[in-house]
Amino acid sequence: MVMTPEVLTLSQTPWLFTGVMLVKIAVAFVVTLLIVAYATWAERKIIGRMQTRMGPTMTGPKGLLQPIADGLKLFFKEDIIPAQAHYFAFILAPMMILAPAFISIAVIPFGGNIHFTYDGTLYAVPMQITDLNIGVLFIMAMAGLGVYGIVLAGLASNSKYALLGGIRATAQMISYELAVGLSIIAIFMLSETLSLRGIVAAQQLPLWGIESLSFIPNWYVFCQPLAFGLFVVGSMAEINRTPFDLPEAETELVSGFCTEYSAMKYALFFMAEYANMITVSAVATTLFLGGWGGPFFGWMNFLIKVFGFMFFFIRIRATFPRLRYDQLMFLGWKIMLPLALANVVLSGIAILLW
Amino acid sequence: MAANTSETMTINMGPQHPSTHGVLQLILELDGEIVQKATPHIGFLHRGIEKLSEHRTYHQIIPLTDRLDYLAPMSNNLGYVLAVEKLLGITDEIPERVQRIRVIMTELTRLKSHLVWLACHALDIGAMTVFLYCFRERESITDIYEKVSGARMTSNYFRVGGLAEDFPAGLEGEIRTFAESIPAHVEEYEGLLTGNRIWQKRTIGVGKISAEAAIDIGITGPALRASGVDWDLRRDNPYSGYEDYSFEVPVRTGCDTFDRYKVRLDEMRQSALIVLQALDKLKPGPILADCPKVVLPDKEDVYNNIEGLIHHFKIVTEGFKPEIGEIYQGIEAPKGELGFYLVSDGTNHPFRMKIRPPSFVNLQGLPQMVEGKLLADVIAVIGTLDIVLGEIDR
Repeated sequence: MVMTPEVLTLSQTPWLFTGVMLVKIAVAFVVTLLIVAYATWAERKIIGRMQTRMGPTMTGPKGLLQPIADGLKLFFKEDIIPAQAHYFAFILAPMMILAPAFISIAVIPFGGNIHFTYDGTLYAVPMQITDLNIGVLFIMAMAGLGVYGIVLAGLASNSKYALLGGIRATAQMISYELAVGLSIIAIFMLSETLSLRGIVAAQQLPLWGIESLSFIPNWYVFCQPLAFGLFVVGSMAEINRTPFDLPEAETELVSGFCTEYSAMKYALFFMAEYANMITVSAVATTLFLGGWGGPFFGWMNFLIKVFGFMFFFIRIRATFPRLRYDQLMFLGWKIMLPLALANVVLSGIAILLW
Repeated sequence: MAANTSETMTINMGPQHPSTHGVLQLILELDGEIVQKATPHIGFLHRGIEKLSEHRTYHQIIPLTDRLDYLAPMSNNLGYVLAVEKLLGITDEIPERVQRIRVIMTELTRLKSHLVWLACHALDIGAMTVFLYCFRERESITDIYEKVSGARMTSNYFRVGGLAEDFPAGLEGEIRTFAESIPAHVEEYEGLLTGNRIWQKRTIGVGKISAEAAIDIGITGPALRASGVDWDLRRDNPYSGYEDYSFEVPVRTGCDTFDRYKVRLDEMRQSALIVLQALDKLKPGPILADCPKVVLPDKEDVYNNIEGLIHHFKIVTEGFKPEIGEIYQGIEAPKGELGFYLVSDGTNHPFRMKIRPPSFVNLQGLPQMVEGKLLADVIAVIGTLDIVLGEIDR
């Protein structure tokens, strides 16, 4: 007997729906947290190897317990709030930066549907916490919200280095968000939907709709390579990765916006950096590399692509110097923004013609 | 804070700042991120080495010189012992082997100093990997240091009239292998930096200083040669037998951070060449001059006859007494001209010792190199000047 799976909805089976939802949230959150923790370990190991040293080795086999040790250490350290700092804003800032980084994961599809039978009915559950019909906009909004955390940290610390870091972050993120946003526009001009699930589905078709090329999927990286490049570079700037790590620029601004933070509050900034890295990798995978599509199980393909991106980011950090503030602005406004605009126009013309 | 106008912000960069290379303090007047005024404040590492020298015998001062430019201790040793030898008038009596070994060790020191410079300069600009690559090579030099002098940083190896010890057996081969590997390593650093667009953007045209301005201030060393002035004491006023070696003095005319970077990298290649030439010319021989009033007698003599013992005792407790007079001896240290000005009043310790540290003089170029530029350029310029606070504050 072939049953068409029924989609789980809140109105039909409220308890089951809530339960499944909670499980999905828990799994996504825990997995993200684990990746955050082990991204720090991986980064230290990979960069260590690139720099002819070992990385962590003492805590557990191959230093695998290092993230946990770091977390525990930071958790038990004295939490210093400078006397001249704005108390409320100072505490709020790290939360404001971490929460948006994790929330973005909510709309990212990390696999196809899971089928299960309950009470004689076959249900299909999408491997995605929620499929917003404006998923892309939601991610952009959350990325924008993350800036506030950094700006707030810079202002609330009442320290000059932190202030400079905060100012740099504001300018940098606003500049690059434009280029990133415009590069994504070209994607949903092609997919004609803002739902991330819809965008992934559109990428499972054969390349450029040509049946003879069906062995290559229609990943948008093939028809929008420029947008892909702009998105990756812009995202690196948005999440403050080298070579765009000006807001924290250790050698210039001591530690930039998080100079005055210590203990768990500092750890939150640290986690947010890696959570953002995961989010950006996941979004890039979804928008340009066909999301969960690929030769293995859905979520495995997804994770492989995400890890690929993260390796790329780590590798860049090991090899590139840091840009200067004016050069960063020049790149953002005079090179990437015009390119993104041109890409939108050209894509529009191409879509009209074909 | 109250003194701030609404237009500018005063920021204390240092002495606790990760990239002021020690304890340099810069008072920066910032308009946004543009530096309006930069005032270096020095003195946080002042140990009174010049004053201390007035109360020590000439030999006891050598360990103090290790602590001047602590990244290039043997160059300081060399500058000092050459000055004392000149004061004593025994410059011509230094055995050939001593001169060769001094050249080998000071050129290795130049490599050591330049490696730390490149490491920190690159790290300041954000290229992390170069830092560790450079320290890997520096490690070999510190190993060589340890084998010849027993210490990895504060070597205290040269003596007035000679050396503390001869090279241990097998060290020459090790130095040769190391010197032969240097060109390939420099290529490696260049591969990471020279062609990198971001590195070029951060260094080309940054921290410019014209040849005239550099000469006016008295800037020496690679910073002067990158401004187009062909001046190197090793060639233009040779000491310790430098006239025997053929080497090029790299000169560039860009006057900026990038050219200073290139000059120093070329110097590293030349230093390796000099080391190899000196190794070729190194022959067995005495490691102390034949000046019984200055150098310690053989251990055999000290243990076996009373004259030797008394001789040893006199030199260790009293030292030697140069004629009344004053001299200046400059050498080409890794960072520029390192000069020792010694005044003798005929006693066993100098009446006055004035050190001309290259970093101190070169640092004076900083304000005019950074004013009107961005905060990030300050970091690049501090790096490119290659300052060491140990010799600035003395």
